[in-house]
Amino acid sequence: MEAGRVFKITINGQAVEARADDTILKAAQREGIHIPTLCYHRQLSPYGGCRVCVVSVEGIPRLVASCTMPVTDGMQVRTDSEQIRKIRSTVVELILSNHPKDCMVCEQSGRCELQDLAYEFGLSHIRFKGEVSVHEIENQNPVLERDYNKCILCGRCVRMCDEIQGVGAVDFSKRGFRAKIATAYDGVLDCEFCGNCIGACPVGALTGKPSRFKGRPWEVRKVKTVCNYCGCGCSIMVNVKGGEVVRVTPVEDGGINEGMLCVKGKFGFEYINHEDRLKTPLVKKNGAFVEASWDEALDVVAANLGRIKKKYGSDSIGGLCSAKCSSEDNYLFQKFMRTAIGTNSVDHCARY
Amino acid sequence: MTNSIAEFEHSDAYFVIGSNTTEAHPIIALRLKRGVRFNGAKLVVADPREIPLTRYATLWLRHKPGSDAALLNGLMHVILKEGLEDNKFIKERTENLDALKKVLKKYTPAFTEKITGVPKEKLIEAARIIGAEDKVAFFYAMGITQHIVGTENVMSVANLAMLTGNVGRPSTGVNPLRGQSNVQGACDMGGLYNFYPGYQKVDVEANWEKFSKAWACETLSRKPGLSATAMVDAAVAGKLKALYVMGENPLLSDPDIGHTEKAFENLDFLVVQDIFMTETAAMADVVLPAASFVEKDGTFTNTERRVQLLRKVNEPVGESRVDWEIIADLSARMGRPMPYRDTSEIMDEIASVTPLYGGISHKRIEKEGLQWPCPDPKHPGTPYLHKGQFTRGKGHFVPVDYHPPAELPDKGYPFLLTTGRMLSHYHTGTMTRRVEGLNEICPEGFMEIHPSDARKLKITDGEEVRVASRRGEITVKSKVTRKVPPQVVYMNFHFAESAANRLTIAALDPLSGIAEAKVCAVKIEKLKPRKVRV
Repeated sequence: MEAGRVFKITINGQAVEARADDTILKAAQREGIHIPTLCYHRQLSPYGGCRVCVVSVEGIPRLVASCTMPVTDGMQVRTDSEQIRKIRSTVVELILSNHPKDCMVCEQSGRCELQDLAYEFGLSHIRFKGEVSVHEIENQNPVLERDYNKCILCGRCVRMCDEIQGVGAVDFSKRGFRAKIATAYDGVLDCEFCGNCIGACPVGALTGKPSRFKGRPWEVRKVKTVCNYCGCGCSIMVNVKGGEVVRVTPVEDGGINEGMLCVKGKFGFEYINHEDRLKTPLVKKNGAFVEASWDEALDVVAANLGRIKKKYGSDSIGGLCSAKCSSEDNYLFQKFMRTAIGTNSVDHCARY
Repeated sequence: MTNSIAEFEHSDAYFVIGSNTTEAHPIIALRLKRGVRFNGAKLVVADPREIPLTRYATLWLRHKPGSDAALLNGLMHVILKEGLEDNKFIKERTENLDALKKVLKKYTPAFTEKITGVPKEKLIEAARIIGAEDKVAFFYAMGITQHIVGTENVMSVANLAMLTGNVGRPSTGVNPLRGQSNVQGACDMGGLYNFYPGYQKVDVEANWEKFSKAWACETLSRKPGLSATAMVDAAVAGKLKALYVMGENPLLSDPDIGHTEKAFENLDFLVVQDIFMTETAAMADVVLPAASFVEKDGTFTNTERRVQLLRKVNEPVGESRVDWEIIADLSARMGRPMPYRDTSEIMDEIASVTPLYGGISHKRIEKEGLQWPCPDPKHPGTPYLHKGQFTRGKGHFVPVDYHPPAELPDKGYPFLLTTGRMLSHYHTGTMTRRVEGLNEICPEGFMEIHPSDARKLKITDGEEVRVASRRGEITVKSKVTRKVPPQVVYMNFHFAESAANRLTIAALDPLSGIAEAKVCAVKIEKLKPRKVRV
């Protein structure tokens, strides 16, 4: 295949220019043509497992999965027809026939891709009755709950863990109806706990323990900001409900992390609303802290710093600013030390 | 970092020395892992300890703690001997190679092996990778900086990068990985005893005049102040009387905490501004409650020099206030009002006095951050530094010789202690130890010890032991593992109840003031069985 070559194809009769390394799905998405997907994830390798994205191609007798099918020059594609809709709908219906109907308490409700497809195809009644998988909920780990009764075997978590995280903590195990995503020997999950598999899961099979029952997607306010741990500077979406941070989600496509997070960035938010947070100024009197007003506390500080400056000189006072505070905080801190106090003795723990 | 995080997926090789990237900078590690697994990039890891990244390494050089300069010199010796240096780059962009060559002469693979413990075949193989591959990115963190020769180690990495022509191009560069969310920004803002914002020296008259005028202040000091470590010494000596600490916890993060405690006890007045009652806050005369990062606006600058917007999500809890507002209030009470309306106004002032940030405003980084240098409002930012020319003109090779660490094991203290960070906890643990899931992943500190040493000391996995250095002692659980080599033990510094920094040494690098937290000597004793009263 010649890289960079442009193919002329048609999608639903519309002329489309596609790149030589495009799949049908990619070419369609670029043109804003909707093809439903489930096992497809834009950051992972195509898998072609769910068949929800099937389309018809002139000259090929059977429908093909658009997420794996490369384009060829002159290809004529149809993304919608009665037959295509019927097959897609049946595929989703078959998945739903072995999926719990507990959307009312499911963490994923409102952002569940399966729920969206069921709605898109109007599947209010499931025709198929049969055996249903029963798995024990696996939560013998610090941060993740894995409910494989809800798993649709799209393999997105497997690919995320392998291709992006490079860990490979989980994979498909067993065959056919008994197939399940599992750790080696189906043991307790022991990984880096980055939680990126949660972001990859299209349904509610994987959820973060600290966020369970803390807020539905439509109840939370989401604000984009920067993670406060290491120096990577990942973009994060802080989810708040009623003044409490209940979840941290990735910023799609955004930031240096391209939506990926680590265990601290993803799960390390509980301290924000921890009861130990200092809530009022404290002044030590006779060896014990006593609550004080801001006026009182700042007057004590100003008086003491003023007294010491006068008695021992500006260089008898030092200041430590912070690698965890904003640049604006730090700028004012050093300006305060240099102007109000009159010393250059300002530093921070850049060396630890 | 000279280069940008996104570039590293396209490097041909990585050389990682003194950085446990997967644990301390997990998201950057993802790029390296993908480069290795999907783009065929080669990875050379130099670390005394087995770290998660060694699993992905083409080659792992397990050098002795503190022997970094010798290792780097050894690599350069081989590169020169085999003619793998980038002569065009050296000729056009650098100077003083001859002086470096003189020092490198004795670092033959055999000589280097004696100091570092790295087999000469491995050294040669690593040198060939670094010398032959086109785009090589160099990474380091505190593994090489927290030594009395920290600055020299960094210069040595720069020597290696220049020798192989890996500066000033995408996907290459000398890339220090900064450990905290805004440690880069705090440095950029002049949170340093010798620099005004933007690394403008305080003892240069023109800078003094510039800032005196900009801040309308005639009483700026003309001489550099005290570094954090020097402040501690000055307080012990009774010369430093008062300290104002904002969002730091030196009583757990400082090397040789016992010494720092003495210093803080000796202070006439201590004020601490923080979000929790830290070990340091507990000693204060006044504690000021501050807002957390989700309760404020402003910017953080990440390790790739990208200035990014921090957005207020919540109101500060209780009566706590945003740090800059507290400072402004205090400053006004001391006769210097700071009438800023918001953080964007502060950033505008920063831009006006800091050429590196000259073109940065909150409005410009609304959607996406900008990488400094960004000198004017039209400048697109700088993804990688030193393109075409170094700041000073030619890149200057600085000859660096190997010097042993300040305190090596001896008969009384036979083990070498090295310290570091772990994935699930952060710094002094004030935040992460208040998170249930993270505490469950790792509830307490531990000391890694090699099975052969554990056997000799009759220590079993999980057993509590007493660890002592010349400065202090702690009890800590032992973890018997081959991750550490024999005679070396490893601890994380996040845990107050088994504080590694009670043991570490405050021997300083004379140039940067950094302490040698990566090497000190300790002894390990079995705890006596508790007497059971009958």
